[in-house]
Formats: sequence, structure tokens, C-alpha cells
Amino acid sequence: MHGRVKVKSTAQQEEEKRKDREKKLKIYVAARDACFSKRKEGIWDDEALQISQQLLSSNPDFATLWNYRREILMHLETVKDEDEVQKIYEAELSFLESCLKVKPKSYGSWHHRCWVSTRLPRPDWARELNLCDQCLNLDDRNFHCWDYRRMVVKMSGVPVDKELAFTDRLIGSNFSNYSSWHYRSTLLPLLHPESPEPPSPCCKPPQSSPPPSPQIHSHRVCEEQLLKEYELVQNAFFTDPNDQSAWFYYRWLLGRAEREEMISCVYVSRDEERVAVAFSRPVNAQSVGLLLVLDGLPQRVEWSSVHPRFKHSPVWICDLPPGTISDIPNEHNLTVHWTEKPTHRDCALYTGRSESWCRDSATDQELFRSELSVEKTSVLQSELQSCNQLQELEPLNKWCLLTIILLMRALDPLGYEKETLAHFQTLREVDSMRSAYYSDLCSKFMIENTILKMEYAEVRVFSISDKSLTTLCHLDQLLLVTHINLSSNQLQRLPLQFAMLQCLEVLEADDNSIENLEGVYHLPKLEEVLLKNNKISTLADLQPLASCPKLKCLDLRGNPVTQTDNVESKLAELLPSVTDLLL
Amino acid sequence: MAAEDLPSEFDVVILGTGLAESVVAAAFSRVGQRVLHLDRRSYYAANWASFTFNALLTWIQQHHEGPQPEEVQDWSSLLEEGEELIYLSNSDSASISNLQVFCFTSEEDEEEETPNTTEEERGAADEDAVKETSESADLKEEESHQKPEETAARDGEQLTNKDTFDLLQASQNEGEEPNAHQPTPIAAPSQSEPTRKKISYAQLVKEGRRFNIDLVSKLMYSRGSLVDLLIKSNVSRYAEFKNVTRILTYRQGKVEQVPCSRADVFASRQLSVVEKRKLMRFLTSCAEETEEQRAYNGRPYLEFLTDQQLGENLQHFLLHSIAMVTEDTPTEEGLASTRHFLRCLGRYGNTPFLFPVYGLGEIPQCFCRMCAVFGGVYCLRHSVSGLLLERDSNRCKAVIDSRGQRINCSHFIVEEGFVGADRKRVATPPRFLSRAVLITDGSLLPSESEQQVSMVMVPPAAGGPVVRMVELCPSTMTCIPGTCEDLVHLTCQSVGSAYEDLSPVVTRMFRTPESHDQEKRPSVLWCLYFNMADGSGLEAEGHDLPANVYVCSGPDGALGHDHAVRQAEDIFQKILPEEDFCPPAPNPEDIIYDTENTSTGEDERQDREEDRQEDVREEDRQEDVREEDRQEDVRQEDRQE
Repeated sequence: MHGRVKVKSTAQQEEEKRKDREKKLKIYVAARDACFSKRKEGIWDDEALQISQQLLSSNPDFATLWNYRREILMHLETVKDEDEVQKIYEAELSFLESCLKVKPKSYGSWHHRCWVSTRLPRPDWARELNLCDQCLNLDDRNFHCWDYRRMVVKMSGVPVDKELAFTDRLIGSNFSNYSSWHYRSTLLPLLHPESPEPPSPCCKPPQSSPPPSPQIHSHRVCEEQLLKEYELVQNAFFTDPNDQSAWFYYRWLLGRAEREEMISCVYVSRDEERVAVAFSRPVNAQSVGLLLVLDGLPQRVEWSSVHPRFKHSPVWICDLPPGTISDIPNEHNLTVHWTEKPTHRDCALYTGRSESWCRDSATDQELFRSELSVEKTSVLQSELQSCNQLQELEPLNKWCLLTIILLMRALDPLGYEKETLAHFQTLREVDSMRSAYYSDLCSKFMIENTILKMEYAEVRVFSISDKSLTTLCHLDQLLLVTHINLSSNQLQRLPLQFAMLQCLEVLEADDNSIENLEGVYHLPKLEEVLLKNNKISTLADLQPLASCPKLKCLDLRGNPVTQTDNVESKLAELLPSVTDLLL
Repeated sequence: MAAEDLPSEFDVVILGTGLAESVVAAAFSRVGQRVLHLDRRSYYAANWASFTFNALLTWIQQHHEGPQPEEVQDWSSLLEEGEELIYLSNSDSASISNLQVFCFTSEEDEEEETPNTTEEERGAADEDAVKETSESADLKEEESHQKPEETAARDGEQLTNKDTFDLLQASQNEGEEPNAHQPTPIAAPSQSEPTRKKISYAQLVKEGRRFNIDLVSKLMYSRGSLVDLLIKSNVSRYAEFKNVTRILTYRQGKVEQVPCSRADVFASRQLSVVEKRKLMRFLTSCAEETEEQRAYNGRPYLEFLTDQQLGENLQHFLLHSIAMVTEDTPTEEGLASTRHFLRCLGRYGNTPFLFPVYGLGEIPQCFCRMCAVFGGVYCLRHSVSGLLLERDSNRCKAVIDSRGQRINCSHFIVEEGFVGADRKRVATPPRFLSRAVLITDGSLLPSESEQQVSMVMVPPAAGGPVVRMVELCPSTMTCIPGTCEDLVHLTCQSVGSAYEDLSPVVTRMFRTPESHDQEKRPSVLWCLYFNMADGSGLEAEGHDLPANVYVCSGPDGALGHDHAVRQAEDIFQKILPEEDFCPPAPNPEDIIYDTENTSTGEDERQDREEDRQEDVREEDRQEDVREEDRQEDVRQEDRQE
């Protein structure tokens, strides 16, 4: 049609673009080679700066070139006066700005900017902050920029309250932002630290009273501010209960300090002439300087974890030199010193006793609530109420359900057990992709509850049958247990940690799906293992049992392994100590 | 251009530069049709125009004076065999009526020592201002209110009082001093005065160029047909836009912000957390049509909302501010409107609306520019006097322009204002919009950021109409930058005159001499009321006009621009059903310009030399476009003067 605008056809455009690209590539390769050869020759001149600038502006993630530039700049620092250096670095900053405009998430550019900023003789931090704000306006989740910004803030000493206001602003414009919430969590303890109240006495080992280390208490926030934060975060999750960033922040708010590092239990057995030590957290006993003093004399002993695969473990054992404590009538006093920390634990082995231990039972009660804070029960109760309110409106929201479970556990783990189980059932249904996670978590809570019940009953029997357990945990807490009943669960293995049950005599684990017994390893007192109706299929799977010297009774009925040819004779060969074998 | 004769052959001649006409012009020009686009007025965009304060005063003046009688010339000598002449109306003034102007600010700059002024003194000054206010719309009367020359213009500009009060003259004076004025002391909000000084009328006139006052008040839905069209056609490159930053509502005498986006709901202090959840859930559930919703078809939306158990707060927000419907609107309509609102949310910001920087009058001009870039010919102050009708075919063969030139065309498109009442079909009784424009001294809901663009729906009170209000801050470049001033547009469907319909709302929500106990409200400095014909009253078909003549209506009362865009597209499709409507404009570098030898050499590879030549041509072409832009700027300046 007359007068119509003609537009180049796509083929024509493609061809042109291809040519264009070819041309560009040629230039690029030539410049790169020039740069490399200059660097090889150790030339640090302006031309090299120019060529590398051209290259980097088209490809800012060319790390070698940034390095070369840094070499050149450092060289220039030595030959120019301060004003000139300032100018050079300022030019570098504006060049970087143009790089960031093209590729705002280039590692190379941000790193180089960081480097330049710290070398600049007279840095203009206000300008850098402004740049960060602009970048974050365009993309409030650019973590490179967040990193850089933190550096700038640190260097320029922006007041913490201003930074908190900054997070207020970002969260206000879009609260689906982990970076802002996280930044907030680092600022609050600085601005509103927890009042330096002395920690409740039961949380401390009675033997010593070390001052609370700043590490432990530094990330707590004072209660008044916490209440404000609860309100803020509730606004977020009531507005959008499916946004996880707010829930994670909420979990952080509800969380509390990790347990203090301490020796939680010392156990000594006369028969094995063995000492077992449990710590509140996994440690590497070989490197923390553990000292065993027996009747006033330091002992030279070899500490080992319960399995050679554990470098860090909450339970460590050592064998005393033969004959040191084997005489029944003798009384012995034992002290374990943790030389790195001002903490130790005594244990007396009285006349006529074959074993003895020392531990705090009070700490165990608090043990499993450590994931939620020790704030006043009333606060947690009101948080539970608002979550329940949300759950009424959104009965299928997984984050809400999970938080309710955590709050219930913090308040009264045994009292809320029934509700907790019901909520876990809903969780598995609404979020079937993660049902295994919920099952594991539920198992953990059930184990914790059973441990608490055992503590209250002051027995050494741990019985948790028919609770749909899928995993075992907190096994370090079962150091003293002699009898464990895990029947009718959904366990698939007895993990390596199972070897921490140093006092175990009877293991009942009928009607599970166990196919792996690797944790039944060097258990000195184990006599009876009941594994009816499991999935043990080969003799090799039974190999770990061979390391238990006192094993006498083994029930393997209903396991595939019983179908093996000559199973009886082979088992007799593998486990010579077993006298009572059920197949 | 004006002095020469126009070419006498066009495919399409368009009279009137309103939105629909401009979109049609761009669409035709874009697909290679030869377009002649005329407007009898001296400015673009017809009743969609934006004016500087001074230009607005001129416009008011013209409408007061009424149409200048133009002698009907006899063009019958131009007729050919079998042709008949249809005269067009030469005036569109019928579309505007009931113009009333009020000025509530003092006419001159106040004394400089305002920091010492006490509240009482200020009050007294205000009273003076009120006394001086001319209640009648007769602008000339203002001349009698001259005060002694006690306040020589403080920034050294020797504007005499006499000049200041003769509006037309003042605006001319203004035009002679094109250099940007220093921001006056009054304009600086940084001054630590406890009481802000009112801007005087003199100031408004002096700073008049900084206003861009729209005749219509609309917003662009960020997923509405206009935004889609701007993007599709690449016309958006000619304009800039600002987000409407908040939606407000007026309830129980209070102005509140309506939380509508996720961020708003999160930040809202008026809502409880449970309300937040309910609101978010309702908004999410609205997106899909459900069985439950269908059950309410035909029943009022209010009933549906009530049954959702949202509570009174949320119900009010949803009905009046989000759906923007009335209590008896049917549920399906209310939901559709809610959905449209929600679809538009978050595309560009926290509200569903955009506003063009420099005012709505920019939009038609952007389309005109696109038309011009693709070869359309433009003439302002140039009209069509009559159409030449070929009796046998009932088609318009040519038009006679206001200079008596015969211009042949295949199609003629005309703004309804130029069609005599006897030839067009409109709804009976005729529908009108009531409009008010206020210059105020602050926002209805002051906030930390002064740069707020707000949309306010005022629910009907005592049988009155629903009033829609748009409050524009200086960052939209529609009012004086650096001040706390805002420009407020009110619109509603007319029940009575604009003054009758809107002044009760103004009195209730702002401080005017008639309002009582409104100390905290912003004061109205100046206001204008007028009625405008409602473009939606024009029938699509059935006009007594030749078959190839199409009529575009003026602005309608809706918030969005769908009516005009749909009208433009319909006209285009009727004439060129096979063609794409406003396809994306190609990048300048992809355009091939005809060489003298137009034989298709496209397949041949062009050698470098030719490439270079083309570059040069391209530059020429771009130069042309720039030249065009410049001319347009000049034209704009013309109308400002």
C-alpha cells in the first residue's frame, strides 16, 4: 500500500545481527589477548586500564581482568600522590556504576566496588549508601547489594536505629524479603539488648558460676521490643499467611539462646573400667583438652567417640588402665575437667557399686524447649492464641500449624501432646510433599516427650512403641538407658548414634522396617536384641552385632535374612556369643 | 503550513483532536493511510485538554463570551454535478455550560512578615480574602478590587497590580517572560513558619504556567485498554507516567486511606489482624468466579458483601473504593469491577492507576505525534466548513475547509461537537457531567511524603450523586512545584448544575468561606465549576450523515478511557477491517526509506556505501521528527500565550 512504512525483514535483521556479533567478538578477543600479554609482561599503564575497562563493560564477570585492574591500581597508588589516587578511584567507581547498571548482579563488579571503596583515600559513604538504596529500589532482593551495603554501613558507622528504620521501609513496601527481616534480626539485639538479668540458676551447672558469655546472650532482644516485633510480624502473616519469610522471622523471635556448653553427665562402669561423658553439645573431645582425674591423680587416657566416624559427638568414652577401679570394695572419686571452659563434673563410685553417674536432672526438663524462648508463659500463651485465631481462618495453612505446634511444645509438651499429633496429621495431608519431614519432626517430639516421662519416673527404661516413629534422635540423652522398646514403629535403621546407648542391655525393635543395624556397635552390656518382623535381608547387615561382646539372645523371626541358606551355621560363625537364636 | 494550501487528496480527514479522534488518526497513519487532522481550536485535545492556569482563564473567558458569530459562507460554487453540501457546526461550545469561578484567596501577596502573624490576624486576612471574593463568575468585576500598591512583587518582577488583576493581560505578560521564575519565598515549605502562608491569586497567575489543569478527570487503569494500546503501539514512549499512590475514602466525616495492595494491608493501622486476613482472603477469592458468587447474580453487591461477614469497615472499602459501585449495583457487576481493580493492582505500583505527567491532555497529543511521525498532516485553528455529499452513493466525497479549499477524502471522522444537533442522535434527556477544579493549600490526608496522588470516592450523601475526586500533587507537574498546593478534580454525573452537585462536597471536605469547623481541612484557594456533555450519551449509529462519516464522542464520565479507545478501534475496524489496529511502531533503525527507485531491491544485499547513505537519510528523517516535535512545542507555547 502506498506510503506504508517498510520494515526490514527478520532474515535481514538476523543477518545483520550475526555480522554485528562477529565483529564484536573479533574486537573482544583482540582486546583480551592484548590485556593478557600486557599482564604477562608486567605492564601497569593507563592503556591496560582502558582496554580492561572496555572488556569489563561488556563482560563484568571476567575475574582475571578485575585482578589485573587491581594490580594496576595498587601500582598507581605507589607512584601518584593522594589527590590523583582519589581521582583514579573515583573514576573507577563511576565505571563500576555503569557496569552495575547493565548487570546488577555481577559478582565481579560488586567485589571490585568493595575493594575500591576500602582503598579510596577519602571515601564518600553517603554516595555509596545512596547507590545501594537505588539498587534496592529496583530489586529489593539483590543480595550482592545487601552485602555491599552492610560493608558500607559498617565502614561509615551508620547508626543502628537508622538502619532499623531502613528495614522498616523495605519491609513496608514488600515484606516478602528475607534480607530485610534477617538484617532486622541482626540490628535488634544491638539496639534493644536483653536486660542483663542473671540467668535462672537452674540453667547453670551448680558447680561453677561463670559469667554469662556475651556470645550466648548477644542475640536476644528485650521483651518490650519483642512485643512490638511480634505485632509487626503478625501483621505480615495475617496479611499473607503463605509468605514464609515472615514465619521464619517469627521463629527467630520465638527462639532462644543455644544451651551453654557444659558436661551434662559423667558415667563410670566398674565392669568395663570405662568412663562415658556426655556434653550439652557435640564436641571434639580430643581437641578440647579433657582431663580425667581419678582419686586426685590425673589419668592418661585415650578419649574416643562411640563410633570412629564421629569426629564431633556429644558422647565420649575412655577406658581406664586395667585394674584401676575393678575392686568392688574400693571407693573412687572421679572428676572430668574441661580445661578450655571453666567447667568440670565430679562423680563418686561407691563401695560395692558396679556403676555410678552424675548429672543434672533439672536441665533435662528445659532441654527440648530450647527452640523457643523462655519468655514469660503469658506472652507465649497470647502468641498461641493469635496463631489459633489465624488457624481458624486458615485451617490448612502449614506455617501456622507448624508454629502452633512449636508454641504448644514451648508451653506444655506433654499437656498438648494430643493436639500436636492431630496438627501433624493435618500437616502431612496439606503438605504431602514434606510429609516425611513432618513425620521426622513428630518422631523427635515424641521422643522428647518420652524422655521427659522417663525423667519424671526416674527409670532407665525407654519405651516408645506404636508411635509411628520414622527416625531416632536425642540418643545422647539415653546414655543411661538399660532397656529400650521401639516396637511397632516405622524405623528403617538404627543409626550410628545408637552406639551412644552405652548402658543398653535389652533392645526391643519388633515390627519396624529396619534393614540397617549399623548403630548397634560396641555396646558393652547388650545382651538381648529382638528384631522380629523387620527387613534385615543379608548376613552382612548383622555384622555390627558381632562387636557386642555380651550378646546372647537374638530374635530374627520374620526377616528376609532367615531365608538364607545355612543361615544358622553362618550366624553361629558370625555371632559366636549368641546362645538363644530365634529364626 | 497555515499560509499555504493543503494537499487536496487524503484518505482520511479527521476534525477534532480529542482522544478517540487522535487514536484513530495514529491508527490510520500507522498503516499507511494519508491523514489530515484538523482542529478549529488553537490547542490540542479538545475537551480532553490540559491548560496552564492562564490558558484556563482564557478558556473560561471564551466560554463566557459565547461563540463568536461566524458568517456562514456560501461554498456552493465548489459543488460538482450530483453533489450536495452539508454544513458543519462551527462551534462546540454547547458541550460546556454553567461555568462558575470562585477565588477564596487574597488577591495580592501578603505582607512579608508572616512569621509574626498571629492566628487571629490570619483569620482576619482570610476574611478579607473572602470579602474580596467575587461570588459571581464575572471575572471583570475583579478589577474593582485593586488594592494600593503596598506589595511590590517580592522577587523583583515589576508586575503592577493593574496587570495582575486583568487576567488576560496578566497571562500575556506572563508569556513575555519565558524565563523560569525563582521560587518565591511563599513557595518554600522549608521556612519554619508555624502557619503556612496562603498563596495569593497574583501568585497563581504569576506561576500559572506551572499548572496543567485537565478538563476531564480520569485515571488510567494499569491493565486498561488505554495502557494496553499505549504499550502495543509504542506511543507510550512519548509520555511519562506517575503512579496514583493511594486510594482514600471519606466516611463519617473522616478521610482514611483504603488498604488495597498487599503492602497497604500489611501497613494499615486501621485494620485488626483478623480484618487484614479477611480482606486479603476476600480479594484473593474474588479473582476466580465461583458457584457461590453466581448464586448472587442479580442481587445487590452489598448483600453479597454483607454475607461474607467482612465487617462494616471492609464492606465500606470494598463497595465504595475498590469496586467503586453503589449499594444497589448487582453482584456480578460489583465483582467484575472488583476484579478489574485487582488485575490492575501491582503492575506499576500499589494502586491500580497511572496518571500522565503534565496532565491527561498529553495522551491525545502523543497519538497525534505518532500520526505525524508516520506522515499525518496537522493543522490547528483550521476547520471543515462543510461536507460534499455524493447524492447517489450517499458518501462524502470531499470536505471544504474553513478557507474554502476542496479536499478529497475517502472517509471523514468528526468530533460530535462539530455536528449540528439536528443531525446527530444523542440520548434523551441529554446527559452531563459535573466537574469542579480546586486549587487547595494542602492534601486531604497529609502524610510523610508530600508527593501523593490520591483517588477519593465520596459515597453519595442525601440522594446526591457519587463524587469521584482526584488529588494531584506537584510531582505530576500539574501544579506549582515546591509548594504544598494540590490540584483537586471532582467529577460526577450531573443531577443539577456542577455547582449544585459538587459544592456541598467541597464545603464538607475543604475549608471554604461557607464551611464551618473545618480548621484541619485544606483551604480552597480557587475553584471552577462547569458542566460538560457526557460523551457516553452519543449513540453509535443512526446519525443523519453520509455513510463514510463517523462521529467520535467527547469524554465520558467513567474513570477509565475504555469508551474512547473502543470507539476509535470500532471506527478503524469498520473502515479497514483487514488491518491491524495500531501495531507496534518499528524502531527507527529498522525502517527502510524509499530510494528514488522504488523497485524492490530488498532481497539484494546492500553494499556498505548504500548503508551509509541510508544512515544519512535516517538521520534526516529523525531530524524531521525532531523538527516536528519542535513545531509542536512551539504550538504548545502558542496556546500557552
